Amino acid sequence: MTSELVDFTLVSVALLGIGIYGLAVKRNFIRMLFAVEIIINAANLNIVAFGRFLPHSGGQTMALFSIAIAAAEVAVGLSLIIVAYRMYQNVDIADFRSLKG
Amino acid sequence: MAEAVFLALAVITIGSAIAALELRSLIYGSIALMGTLGGIAGFFFLLDAPFVALFQLAVYVGSIAVLILFTVMLVKRELIFKKIEDKRRKFVGIGLMLVIMVSLGAVFLDSGIKTITTDEPSPNFRDIGIDFVTYYWPALILMGLLLAGSVTGALVLAKREDVENDQRAS
Repeated sequence: MTSELVDFTLVSVALLGIGIYGLAVKRNFIRMLFAVEIIINAANLNIVAFGRFLPHSGGQTMALFSIAIAAAEVAVGLSLIIVAYRMYQNVDIADFRSLKG
Repeated sequence: MAEAVFLALAVITIGSAIAALELRSLIYGSIALMGTLGGIAGFFFLLDAPFVALFQLAVYVGSIAVLILFTVMLVKRELIFKKIEDKRRKFVGIGLMLVIMVSLGAVFLDSGIKTITTDEPSPNFRDIGIDFVTYYWPALILMGLLLAGSVTGALVLAKREDVENDQRAS
């Protein structure tokens, strides 16, 4: 293996930056979910890379748990999108303000 | 050889992550997100973690991306192609992204992890299986319960209460 640990961490940092940009700028609920997915994947990449270079099997185990939990999160997030879309006929989060005081 | 593969994967992953957020159409955006998730799976292959890579392909590219595509199809046509974003926040967001990338990248480049190398073999799937059923078994059971609960919750949330069963059949 010729790639170093720092290469993988740099890719992970780039993905984290892109995800945070998406969360900060986009107001589309679905796109914000995309951004969250990108951030979760950056974290998984970091976990597996560090687990490879230690080397310890805990990294891969942790990544498997993380992938499964992310699947649960996406299922709930998408059903929330469907409910909100049914209520407001829109996916713009600026319109979802019925909880605002 | 491995460096070229790494560079290609990095370009695919980061480029399609940007495309997923910036393409006008949400459908193309979700297909680009598939590219990002597949690129991460490629990185897992490079890291000698084929089990995690195949899990990633099956769960993310196989199910989550398809679920997202179906949700996008439920949304109105004009909303799919409309770009909803804060114009004022755009430059702030780009600045935030650059600050995070530069500062965290500088920290990583300056730290000692540049010198970490390993010649030891990667932990194989046998170790992962033993981990799952010995040390992590309570977490495994909790994860199963959480997945069941979240799927049930998603079904309950998405259920329509205004439509009766006989209306739905017609």
